[in-house]
Amino acid sequence: MSKSKPSTWMIALFVLFLLLIIVALVGISATTGNADITVDDAYSAILHKFFPDSYAPSWLAEVCVWNLRLPRIIMGILAGICLGLAGATMQWALKNPFASPYTLGISHTAVFGTYVAIIIGGASIGGGAFMILGTAGIFALIAAAIVLHISRRRWATPERVVLMGIVMVILSSAITTILMYFGGAGAVKETVFWMVGDLSRSSLDVLAYMAGTIVLCAIPLLLLIFIPSLFGVDEKRIRTYAMFVASLLVAITVYFTGTIGFIGLLAPHICRLVIGNDHRFVIPISGLVGAVLLIGSDLVARTVISPVILPVGVLTTLMGAPLLAYLIVREGRRAVGSA
Amino acid sequence: MKLKVNNVEFGYNSTSVLENISMDMDRSEVVGIVGPNGAGKSTLIRCIDRILTPRGGIILLDGNNISKMTRMEIAKEMGYVPQTTTRVFPATVFDTVLMGRRPHLGWKSSEEDIDKVLEVLELLGIMEFAMRDFNEISGGQQQKVLITRALAQEADILLLDEPTSNLDIRHQLEVMDIMKGIVKRKGISAIVAIHDLNLASRYTDKLLMMNGGRIFAAGNPESVLTVENIRRAYGVEALVKSDGERPYIIPVRPV
Amino acid sequence: MKREESRTMTAKDIKEQYKKFIGRKIFFVFFFAALIIIISGVSTTLGSYPITVKEVYSIIWRGSITILQNLDFIIFHGVREFSREYFTTEEIVVWQLRLPRIFLGIIAGIGLGLAGAVMQAILRNPLASPYTLGISSGAGFGASLAILAGAGIVGGKYLIVGNAFVFALLVSFIILALSSRKGATPETMILAGIAMMYLFGAMTTILQYFGEAEAVKEAVFWMVGDLNRASWPVVTIILGVLACCAPLLMLKSWDLNVMGAGDETAKSLGVNVKRIRVITMVVSTLLVATIVCFTGTIGFIGLVAPHMTRLAIGGDNKYVLPVSGLLGAVILISADLVARRIIAPVILPVGAVTAFMGAPLFLYLIMRRRREYW
Repeated sequence: MSKSKPSTWMIALFVLFLLLIIVALVGISATTGNADITVDDAYSAILHKFFPDSYAPSWLAEVCVWNLRLPRIIMGILAGICLGLAGATMQWALKNPFASPYTLGISHTAVFGTYVAIIIGGASIGGGAFMILGTAGIFALIAAAIVLHISRRRWATPERVVLMGIVMVILSSAITTILMYFGGAGAVKETVFWMVGDLSRSSLDVLAYMAGTIVLCAIPLLLLIFIPSLFGVDEKRIRTYAMFVASLLVAITVYFTGTIGFIGLLAPHICRLVIGNDHRFVIPISGLVGAVLLIGSDLVARTVISPVILPVGVLTTLMGAPLLAYLIVREGRRAVGSA
Repeated sequence: MKLKVNNVEFGYNSTSVLENISMDMDRSEVVGIVGPNGAGKSTLIRCIDRILTPRGGIILLDGNNISKMTRMEIAKEMGYVPQTTTRVFPATVFDTVLMGRRPHLGWKSSEEDIDKVLEVLELLGIMEFAMRDFNEISGGQQQKVLITRALAQEADILLLDEPTSNLDIRHQLEVMDIMKGIVKRKGISAIVAIHDLNLASRYTDKLLMMNGGRIFAAGNPESVLTVENIRRAYGVEALVKSDGERPYIIPVRPV
Repeated sequence: MKREESRTMTAKDIKEQYKKFIGRKIFFVFFFAALIIIISGVSTTLGSYPITVKEVYSIIWRGSITILQNLDFIIFHGVREFSREYFTTEEIVVWQLRLPRIFLGIIAGIGLGLAGAVMQAILRNPLASPYTLGISSGAGFGASLAILAGAGIVGGKYLIVGNAFVFALLVSFIILALSSRKGATPETMILAGIAMMYLFGAMTTILQYFGEAEAVKEAVFWMVGDLNRASWPVVTIILGVLACCAPLLMLKSWDLNVMGAGDETAKSLGVNVKRIRVITMVVSTLLVATIVCFTGTIGFIGLVAPHMTRLAIGGDNKYVLPVSGLLGAVILISADLVARRIIAPVILPVGAVTAFMGAPLFLYLIMRRRREYW
């Protein structure tokens, strides 16, 4: 299906649109929630930081907004960007419209890596964080290597690759479930949240950490797609590198939020609908789309049956699974990516 | 008249695949259907066996309208022999042929059914690999097994859909010889869709040449396989020789 | 191929070979049945409550006699009253906890194995199974919806099964519609099925958050499946459905065999392909839905059992169907045995164990299909 190349204006407009939505969502999300504060109060809390003299929010509002909601929202943005970037990169690198960190099993392998690190190192988030993150990253890289290897076989149709990825997901879910029973009742709840995705583990210092590592990975990725010549002429090699960097991004996200499904699948497709197939634009902008999707989902998850907080991954699955079904039905023979 | 086809039409939605098809067939006769790809040969065969339902026309089997017959009744009279394909699940040659007994079976296969299968296996000389897996034998042997299956149905008419397309020349001759032999010995009739004109010439009593969903020419091989017909139906300039009995076609160049 | 020795093969030889072939299949029927009894026997004797092996068997023996002697009491006052009156604590543990669980495992295993074999046959898809086609997940959603809507109190268990059936049927029809499209490979069908699984799984999980009970625990039950909710009434219901559905499906074995040769060949052999497909799909879906209502979505039994069966006895569905069922029961009660004991006293959900065993096999099956490409 060929589209006339959208003009640069359209792309810019789309980016602007996305940024506006993000800002709007941040605002709405920060002022909505279970705690008993009015919208006014919430806005006061936000603006108080910038204009300390003009606004006097209640203590509750300040704590709630700055310690609970905003960190959560910012984490959602960061994770959404990561997943969108990673998903778009994987779809381009593997030429597979069904690919995403979740459907290829890379998210789950990374989580498994964190488990291994925790069990071996006995550390928790904060202390041996580097080690855990590193292990997750290594596991993600291994998974990516396997996926790349399989994708390159002649018999590996896109469907088969994803099918195998999903079987890996089922297998690792089973192992994780079993492991969590070893941990006892408390571990059960925690593990489920981990497997379904959760934005609660956020606090401002954690976020700084997250943002830092993301930027570290995003830079090589952007270089790979905008100035591939830096890395040589072999296109296959460039895609391989991109795949690896994407997996690292996934590992980072998963370490902080658990496995959130389908953002990496949805974002690139939505992006491509609007701005076509040029991967140099699709990949970065998918990041923005991912952010929008994720904080939007989180907003719904937090409020739809308040005071209960649904795990955000459930909502993303709800959105993403029908899309997957639709894609499959359309036989997904569309070529992905250009250049 | 064993089989009478009258004005049969078939198509999907607005496209027409078969138009105005009429033909007769007697007992103990081999009718061949030739024509370029997409002419409708396979479709016609499938309409005759009611695998596909034509949207116009009548097909009479021994005077009975097949659209009024149940599938089981048709299955007892007509045996369909498709081109071979691999099976998804394992099955022995014996069980494959046993399937041909389905129109006669109850829930369980009886001693009689097993005997019948053995009989036809012997007839076609493939007893040796009765217990082997269908997927493991060669293409030619697989084709023979499929013919055997149709025979196990105790059908009076065999419908063969391009039985020789995937075979080497030895197996092509074997399969066609077997078919001709059965027709002669058992008084069965056969309709064969075939793409090889020389095989058609040699083994058929009557020939239909199809093109674009219509019957282009009908008659004995000699009258149908002419230079003119071949040029018009296939778009090929050919030489037609004769060995005294049957014509032989040597294609020269596209026109 | 050597022609000399094969010339000595007569019809009688083949007949004998064939009979031996059949004999082998029947052997496996009894073999697996025996295996079921053995494993059940072992399983009953293991558990957290300390009862010796000898005691267990004597409890079963005496208990059976007591039950038979007091059937009227049971009918009048119900099973619970009966056990309270006549049974000691040990006897209750065996009769009310362990045996129902084992029986549930057997019956559910038979049902899932049978349904899996049927689905693989009608869809001509070696990767098909109630779980991988998303049918189990649809049933799970229907069941939790009904439970949430209070059906458990109002309409009783039948409403729950009914609703589970409706949603499972929905998925079945989507799968059937997909399978008839041009270009539908087995992988496509399964991917669509898995997408359904995710979809209904997510919806089921959300439902749990509306409920009173612990949402997380409930969610795990539905998504992973386990045998904890076994009780004699449950066993009876499933047994009843199985008793109706199984003969129906097995009667169609020959048609299933013929369909394996392709739709066209099947039609030419007198099989009404469309009708058979719909009927068997509906019946096997009913079976699956009933089971899932009480066990959650236990995965891979319906995938693994038929394949292992076919490895042993070939592809004739007349035997594959029942033997798959029996093997399914063997796998399920073995998995449950592992799930119960491996980190005693914690009881793992049996679905986690079956997934752990089944997923690698699934992977192997997918990889093996690369032959299709050449």
